[in-house]
Amino acid sequence: MSELLVNGTAGAAVDGGLDLEPLTGDRASKRVTIVDEQIIEIVSDSGEGAQRCGQALAALAARSGRGIWTVEIIPAEIQPPARSIAGGSGNRVRMGSHPISNGGDEADLAVAFNEQVLLGREREGELKPGCRILLESMWRTDRNPITAREYLLTYDELVAKGYNVIEVPMEAECRKLVSDPRRGKNMFVLGILCNVYTLDLALAREQVALTFGKKDQKVIDTNVLLLEAGWSWAEANLDFQFEIPTMRLTEPQVVFNGNIAIALGVLASGMEICAMYPITPATSASHYLSEIFEKTGGIVHQAEDEIAAATFAIGASYAGKCAVTITSGPGYSLKQEALGLAVMAEIPLVVVNVQRGGPSTGQPTKPEQGDLMTSIFGSHGDAPKVVMAASTIEDCFYSIITARKIAETFNCVVVVLTDGSLATAQQPFPRPSFSEDWLAPPIDQSPVPVGAKAYDWDGTTGLMKRFIPGQPGGMHTLTGLAHDRASKVAYDPASNEAGLRNRSLKLAALQKTLRCPDVHGDPDGDLLVVGWGSTRGAIEEAVDGLRADGKRISSLHLRFLNPMPSGIGDIMKRFKKVMTVESNWSDSLDEDLIDEENRRYSALAMLLRAKYLVDVDCWTEVRSRPIKPGVVRAALSAALEKVS
Amino acid sequence: MTISFDPTPSFAQCLLGPTDEHHELDEYQTGIPRWCNGCGDNGILAAMQRLCRDYDLSPERTVFVSGIGCSSRLPHYMKTYGFHGLHGRALPIAEGIKMSRPDLPVFVSTGDGDCLSIGAGHWMHAIRYNMDMTVLLHDNAIYGLTKKQASPTSPMGTKSNTTPKGSYLEAFNPLQAALGIEGVSFIAQMVDWVPEMLYDILQAAYRHRGFSFVRIIQRCPEFMPGFFDPYMNDPERVQILTHPNALTPSANMNKVYRNQLVHDPSNLDRAREIASSSDPIPVGILYQNPDVPRLEVIRGAGRVRTAETVQKGLDSELDKFTIWPDAEPALVEA
Repeated sequence: MSELLVNGTAGAAVDGGLDLEPLTGDRASKRVTIVDEQIIEIVSDSGEGAQRCGQALAALAARSGRGIWTVEIIPAEIQPPARSIAGGSGNRVRMGSHPISNGGDEADLAVAFNEQVLLGREREGELKPGCRILLESMWRTDRNPITAREYLLTYDELVAKGYNVIEVPMEAECRKLVSDPRRGKNMFVLGILCNVYTLDLALAREQVALTFGKKDQKVIDTNVLLLEAGWSWAEANLDFQFEIPTMRLTEPQVVFNGNIAIALGVLASGMEICAMYPITPATSASHYLSEIFEKTGGIVHQAEDEIAAATFAIGASYAGKCAVTITSGPGYSLKQEALGLAVMAEIPLVVVNVQRGGPSTGQPTKPEQGDLMTSIFGSHGDAPKVVMAASTIEDCFYSIITARKIAETFNCVVVVLTDGSLATAQQPFPRPSFSEDWLAPPIDQSPVPVGAKAYDWDGTTGLMKRFIPGQPGGMHTLTGLAHDRASKVAYDPASNEAGLRNRSLKLAALQKTLRCPDVHGDPDGDLLVVGWGSTRGAIEEAVDGLRADGKRISSLHLRFLNPMPSGIGDIMKRFKKVMTVESNWSDSLDEDLIDEENRRYSALAMLLRAKYLVDVDCWTEVRSRPIKPGVVRAALSAALEKVS
Repeated sequence: MTISFDPTPSFAQCLLGPTDEHHELDEYQTGIPRWCNGCGDNGILAAMQRLCRDYDLSPERTVFVSGIGCSSRLPHYMKTYGFHGLHGRALPIAEGIKMSRPDLPVFVSTGDGDCLSIGAGHWMHAIRYNMDMTVLLHDNAIYGLTKKQASPTSPMGTKSNTTPKGSYLEAFNPLQAALGIEGVSFIAQMVDWVPEMLYDILQAAYRHRGFSFVRIIQRCPEFMPGFFDPYMNDPERVQILTHPNALTPSANMNKVYRNQLVHDPSNLDRAREIASSSDPIPVGILYQNPDVPRLEVIRGAGRVRTAETVQKGLDSELDKFTIWPDAEPALVEA
């Protein structure tokens, strides 16, 4: 079947694929187009269920053997005004015949419950020119003449722009089955999409049952009816269908988002206490953890504030196993003093920062990679911390397990960075297989050796073995003040210097155990792109595309940002130019005021420049959404042109 | 009482088995306190060491937590485990310790600035959580470590480095505030110049299962010299709370402190009335309710967690999200 594949997003025509033989006699008028992948956006007002529809569609696609990546479309407010351009809520589903690593570029098909939320997406450039739009038509005859006029104007605008707008009487069709169509439209739409993408209807019925599994059977039955009605409506009224070839699964896969991966990682790591304070977009990790943690003896403590969450976790770690606190940008800022205490007193601690747009309250529901510098250098004084970044959903899970292990081995703070795009994106990956090695051993309660001190730093590695309350002979008072090896407050210069030296050395000791990441592409060439965190999928897709065009470009994605593994400098030397691609701010040299002297580089570029004395350039975007592979590709193309 | 100092650790003493534990005072003593002469902290430290001895607390199984300030140096002079934390954050640290290790007795030393100003938010919630710990508010009505600034409990008109013309506001009354919080379970007040009451109240606080909050009004001879002299010189200005269910003063006490009030510590409304008085200073147990649920008990802290339970929990969650090859029944939650 592979020779039939047509890339659904790369070509200019939306459905420029090959026709299949009609499946049955009465479907002779249908064209089933085989496509390699498709991006579908479903948007509605908040509370109309477009998100649930998108999640169900993605789950169905994944269960039937397609690669998926989903992006939640989230308004900043809980109940934004109805029919507002900025109030769209929903889901973007990218599905393909191969593993998908990011949300992709513009959508191939949009489904909208009203024209205003659609307009919001269109104006943000999320729709492919000329793409198909399935639009709820009820507004055309709305009793409010202003609404009807808005609809007509938008409809005309979209048609004039060349979109293929197909009006769908969603409300009217659903009203045949339910009294409140607002509550059922999403499953009707799911039915339409099952028909359009030739997804198995029986599997879809199962999915509806799962989606509404917590409700009673009547709710499930009604929604199955709506699903079937949508399917039938599409069968009778739409003249196009797509089929995305399936992959053959050889091992079990799991599908969930980055925040669920974090919560499961906490469970799997053997940590027992999570202290947190509600903050977007981190909170859903704690929601899910709250649901599952107690069953295995774990505790989620919702503290009275972010500082309390951090210090509670520090207290828990001090007296027992390593604890975790989960937060986002503003909460991370509030925890800074506490993180310094954990560094100073050498208490293991895992901190998850699900980054969002900043500074200040910034953009709570939007992704950004703005916290790298504060993660590495935050807290006053020299406070060396380990900083890792997850780049895939799978990585979110395993990073927490690794972080716990490092925190406890090196008695240090480990910051795990993800961001709003990983938090809500879903991507299948091989089902983790539990290993006892993931867990911490029981806490040491044996007597400490006679003469041993609380901070018996190893001369070479700076490492010490902490004494845990309950250990006979280990009594000491831990302090955030400068202290000597016996944990006694020390104001003398030698003790102060020794403490700083040993806390710093530990990072070097860890660094010696890190493996340099593999280069994606050839080991040398014209341009090396360096990235970290959630941008990985978009960067590698852009690089792959350019490499297919014969460009000498490769990429390197860093998981450990502090310390960085050895070998990065050598890799950079093998390329004519190095640049980072990040989702944080950097000044553009195109600005009148900006030159090489005053340019503020992006975070990773600044680090690489400082560390390796390489003239690392950067390209960044802070447009409140995950970086798109097409946009990265264009930026890299431009950069390549300058490399001779 | 005299305090002997033993700066060298004596490990053999810590290795006694739990069944035959018996401890001497010097097993809880370490270092030379750096508090000023006449500072109330010295008396509180001595009382705490005596309490540990009298209740035979295992030094290695006892944790003293503190924030930052003069009072918060106390853990450094206890030969137990100690955690000298951050300014204002002693309580959340202590809560984390208790949630992680409900088997360990936890004591907290905090000051009027530490607890009632920078840490006030934590304090309110700590009362609500009602976790089992003994919390001593060393209240000298002034910031000492930073050299004399008005604190929340400084009486109006207190001249300090930040209020050279006298502080502007009425003093904050922590007892009234604490007694207004749902979940409050033990509130007591004492003055450092009546050591006998101090020790009796500390014992009651320690024995109480829950969040025992003890405000200790203490002298700061350096920055508030003579401030409490009128109270010390006139025993009538200290009002002893007595009750068969609380404390009954000794005959000697009765001779000196005649201003006494019979107060049933289960009476919350009456406790609030008593708490509103700052002259005379009520001394004793204002409120005690042994039946308030404790957060660490509610949350099931200290459960044994095995690799099997973790694996089982993880696998059953992963099952919900797994797509099995060959169209096995795949259950993916949307």
